[in-house]
Amino acid sequence: MQSEQIQAHSQKKILNCKDIIVKFGEFTALNKFSFHIDRKEIHFLIGPNGAGKTTFLDVLCGLTKITKGKAVFDNDYDLNGKPEFEIARMGIGRKFQAPTIFPYLTVQENLEIAMKQNKKVFSILKAKMTKKEKEKLDKQMETIGLTKQKTLIAGNLSHGQKQWLEIGMVMMQEPELLLLDEPIAGMTEEEEEKTGKLLQELKKQCTIIVVEHDMDFVSKYAERVTVMHEGALLSEGSMEEVQNNDKVKEVYLGSKGAV
Amino acid sequence: MAISILNKLRTKKGLFYLLALLLALLPLMMSNFYINLLGQFLAFAILVIGLDLLWGYTGVLSLGHGIFFGFGAYVMAIYVTIESSNGAVPDFMLWSGMSELPWMWVMLSNPFAAIALAIIAPMILAFILGFFTFRNRIKGVYFTILTQALVLVTVTLIVSQQKFTGGTDGLTNLSTIFGFSLSDPRTQTVIYFITLALLVGIFLFCYRLVNSRFGKVLVAIRDGENRLRFSGYNTSYYKILVFTISAGIAGLAGMMYVLQIGIISPSMIDIIPSIEMALWVALGGRATLLGPVLGAILVNTGTTYFSENYPDLWNYFIGLVFIIVIVFLPGGLMSLGEKISKKWRNFNAKRTNTGTFPEKNS
Ligand SMILES: Nc1ncnc2c1ncn2[C@@H]1O[C@H](COP(=O)(O)OP(=O)(O)OP(=O)(O)O)[C@@H](O)[C@H]1O
Ligand SMILES: [Mg+2]
Repeated sequence: MQSEQIQAHSQKKILNCKDIIVKFGEFTALNKFSFHIDRKEIHFLIGPNGAGKTTFLDVLCGLTKITKGKAVFDNDYDLNGKPEFEIARMGIGRKFQAPTIFPYLTVQENLEIAMKQNKKVFSILKAKMTKKEKEKLDKQMETIGLTKQKTLIAGNLSHGQKQWLEIGMVMMQEPELLLLDEPIAGMTEEEEEKTGKLLQELKKQCTIIVVEHDMDFVSKYAERVTVMHEGALLSEGSMEEVQNNDKVKEVYLGSKGAV
Repeated sequence: MAISILNKLRTKKGLFYLLALLLALLPLMMSNFYINLLGQFLAFAILVIGLDLLWGYTGVLSLGHGIFFGFGAYVMAIYVTIESSNGAVPDFMLWSGMSELPWMWVMLSNPFAAIALAIIAPMILAFILGFFTFRNRIKGVYFTILTQALVLVTVTLIVSQQKFTGGTDGLTNLSTIFGFSLSDPRTQTVIYFITLALLVGIFLFCYRLVNSRFGKVLVAIRDGENRLRFSGYNTSYYKILVFTISAGIAGLAGMMYVLQIGIISPSMIDIIPSIEMALWVALGGRATLLGPVLGAILVNTGTTYFSENYPDLWNYFIGLVFIIVIVFLPGGLMSLGEKISKKWRNFNAKRTNTGTFPEKNS
């Protein structure tokens, strides 16, 4: 009975990171950083420039190797040393800080190749667009508001549209854990609003970690917030708790006068 | 009705069919000598389709395709040499003190084995090379340099193993195939049409490939390989496969080429020819399939015409053309056509064609 409870508890956690250290030469980018997140939670990661937020996401998607420590996804999948494509297939999707879409493919084609499917060479060789896939793509284009741009070469989209397209692409992967690095950077206020709505939609489908600088945006959509500083955990809790934390005020919010 | 046919013709496939029709009719009004010459260019045209698949669509530049081409050519030439001399040991072997055909040659005395190997051997070589480079994430310029190294090594090997390969002179005694004389114009005309048919087949095969989902993945590898890995693609295997296909196509081209030119030697597959092949692709327009075909035919036709009439001028001229194209028309000849037809159709910002090569920073 009790063991079942423990299991139920640990099953709730989709990601468990303990004492992660990442070094670039002499420089320590992550310093004993621990982090965990429940399923279907939306978790914001904030901190001053160079705090190590992007580095942490890089670790989770296989771009950067862990020097020391452990990162476990979905209870038993150790992320360290795994190739990026395998981590992606396991269900971690990444949206990069600068929008990275494929500029010479159309909007639909971008989504089509990102879509969850068997991505081994010979399956893709045989792949034919099914009716179900077509519906899925149409629905996704509607969600990200790019239905009209379906056959447009993605390189011709506006900055905000590219951001959405990339979000749409990671959504098509149907990840269990979605990593978003500054999704509203460079967006107009109106676009920000749309993105916020999109996030709330997304939350129904997966767990999300968002790195964001814009405090107004964070306080509007955050459930839990983690503050990082110099590669380490500074504080964690609800937005309110974090805002009232003295250490946080000192190193981050205070200095920026953002709150 | 007439309009819809016109519209079809404006697509790359339509234009290609038109070109193929022209190439099928040309022999009616050409001397045997020129039919044979054009047939050689068609063999080059086959090769550049494979090179375009690799470079234009996947972004992997090989400057070593002369070797894959050479593999096909040498394998075919060995078979023809054996057939032409009725299994007798060729002179160059006798001079090197060999009294029997080496086992490699014996294996190629079967025409079906020879034809199969002309295509499969380059594929195996490319697979091995691709496996060790792409899987270790060697790419860009480093890969290209490796392909040049491959050319150097192979050519050195061919030259040094004279008793097996004929050395610098190459293989020259090619007179019959399946009992038909290679110097008979009728044989050559048949070979011309076989080459043309293969060109059409390879074009349609690659056309289908680049317009499928697989083709979109190739373009994505070209424009953002690292990003694509995070979408769950093991891009290395895609590149290995495309490199292998492209090498097989080059082998096929080499096989058809040697039957028409009637000789193969190391200088024909060396560094310079390998680089020239890539230039035909660039000149015609990367990632268009049709462009490289036109590039290969036009440049070689030009070379023949001018080197007969103004041997010195041509080299300067072709050098100049390449520079002009690279600086002012990075999309090659095809982008010229597209620029014009874009205006004609008033296309404003609608898609033109999937994955046309990036004009900037390429
Ligand atoms: N590949 C690398 N090599 C060396 N140093 C690196 C590397 N990547 C990141 N860093 C350093 O690690 C530190 C953390 O960088 P990171 O990008 O994770 O910060 P961040 O919190 O995302 O900052 P920002 O808010 O500016 O995006 C920075 O000082 C950065 O210079
Ligand atoms: Mg960052």
